[in-house]
Amino acid sequence: MRIVTKRNGLIALLILAFSFPYIAQNDYYLHMLTLSFIWAIAVYGINLLSGYTGYLSLAHAGFFAIGAYSLGLLTVKAEMNFWLALAGACVITCVIGLLIGLIALRTKEHFFAIYTLCVGYIIYLVIDKWEGLTEGVRGLIGIPAPGSIGPITFDTAASQYYLVLLFLLAVIVIMYRIIHSLTGRTYIAIRNSEDLARTIGISTMKNKLTAFVLSTFFAGLAGALYASFIRFIGPDIGSTAIMFDLLMYLLVGGIGTLSGPLVGTLLLVILSQNLQFLQKYRMLIFGPLLTLIIIFYPRGLAGAAFEWQRKRRDKKLSMVRADMHMKAEEG
Amino acid sequence: MLIETKNLTKRFGGLAAVNSVDFIIEKGRINAIIGPNGAGKSTFFNLISGFHRPSSGSVFFNGMDITKLPANEIAALGISRTFQSTSLFDQSTVLDNVIIGHRLRTKSNLADAIFRTKRLKREEMACREKAMEALGVVGLTKAADKIVAGISQEEKKRTAIALALATEPEILFLDEPAAGINPDETEGLTELIKKLNTTGLTVCLIEHKMHMIMNLADHIMVLNYGEKIAEGSPKEIRGNDAVIKAYLGGSASA
Repeated sequence: MRIVTKRNGLIALLILAFSFPYIAQNDYYLHMLTLSFIWAIAVYGINLLSGYTGYLSLAHAGFFAIGAYSLGLLTVKAEMNFWLALAGACVITCVIGLLIGLIALRTKEHFFAIYTLCVGYIIYLVIDKWEGLTEGVRGLIGIPAPGSIGPITFDTAASQYYLVLLFLLAVIVIMYRIIHSLTGRTYIAIRNSEDLARTIGISTMKNKLTAFVLSTFFAGLAGALYASFIRFIGPDIGSTAIMFDLLMYLLVGGIGTLSGPLVGTLLLVILSQNLQFLQKYRMLIFGPLLTLIIIFYPRGLAGAAFEWQRKRRDKKLSMVRADMHMKAEEG
Repeated sequence: MLIETKNLTKRFGGLAAVNSVDFIIEKGRINAIIGPNGAGKSTFFNLISGFHRPSSGSVFFNGMDITKLPANEIAALGISRTFQSTSLFDQSTVLDNVIIGHRLRTKSNLADAIFRTKRLKREEMACREKAMEALGVVGLTKAADKIVAGISQEEKKRTAIALALATEPEILFLDEPAAGINPDETEGLTELIKKLNTTGLTVCLIEHKMHMIMNLADHIMVLNYGEKIAEGSPKEIRGNDAVIKAYLGGSASA
């Protein structure tokens, strides 16, 4: 029996993820990992739309900010219960997502990317300038940590880590199920060729809109978790710089792959934390790295791993065939 | 009659790509549309399948006016088509490409996907079976697990036809199915189209390979500059002066 199987690998990863708070030397690593899980949830959202449905959205940092500010405002200004506010933040993000999607999805390809880039920037501007509501550049202070559920409280770093981990796992399970279903196949068909999708009877607008709203839901959820984890938010979380960070995580990890968002986010967040001493010159490393990955591995590290696996399997298969052929000739 | 077009016209700016074409497709026959390059054949297909909205005129399917329906609803009625350039997904298998063809006959949605409902499992099975059945019809059962990027041009054409068949059409429109494949393969494809037709499927194809058309089609329409210049059996078309003139230019007797 083989020990290194996909299933055992996943179990090992899960055990590692759940025992990490006990292994970690200090809260700094825990904090970093929690934060990258939150980013990863948003990247999963972008991946659903850009990776699987073929619409590169550059507005998702904006939706992330909408989620964060909705939670912040609902808890700080409306003094709502945290969990209600979390649900409310997701709903608000989805509603705004739906309205923007209805217009944005009338465009395609580059135009869609440019349009959503503008939408993202407008969201940033609204948050930055609407001081009466968002406090503008001063930011929103004093956002409460996740409220307790019965005896379970979320005031330690470890408990927050577990909370975010559970949300991330839920997002991954949902993504897995969508991609491996007829709905996921429908999205992939739209990515592949929208004309062909329409000829085989797929209502492209309806499906694109569903994918768009769901992807904003993930971004909004991530934003809300971010707000309650960092406890302070400023307009910068909706900036284009954040958008391109998220996009970089996705591209390095592997666009259109299930593990890509997590791999890319973890790798780049950890890498950029360790390269802090280089300050802005970090981009001197990231720039060429990103360019090389896009040239040689358009589907990122996860895509490269698949390719490698497939080649190995094909090689094995052809060896088995050659073997059978030889035996047949001998007999 | 299965499909009828009345005065069907499509203008792009000042150019009438299809000009007032009346055409009837009878059930169970193999129909062909021929004509020189730029004659408006593909545009005619696009009008029937809902990709372009006609400038004027109308299209009827089983007596129902489908002129203004969007492409996906027309497909759901039982009108399927292939494209000149096959736009399959190269990175996945032949089977995976065809499975989605049956999606329009299923109802499961996002919630079914997230909760893995019985309906989803049942419909996924149905799609898989339908896809295997379609691949069986076009003779690609053995290639089902091959990656599309690694199969021949002819196999890609057959995959595209299988995809169209998986939608359970009443009529199949084929846009140059034999373009870019060799004479032997063309022969094979002709046999396939005949076979599909004997199972009761109505076929309408655009093709430039005259030999193929002449021994395949029951009924031919000839378009030139967007207008119908002739219509009839292969024999009638072969002897038609206007057709010869359109193809060779100048006067027919020259």
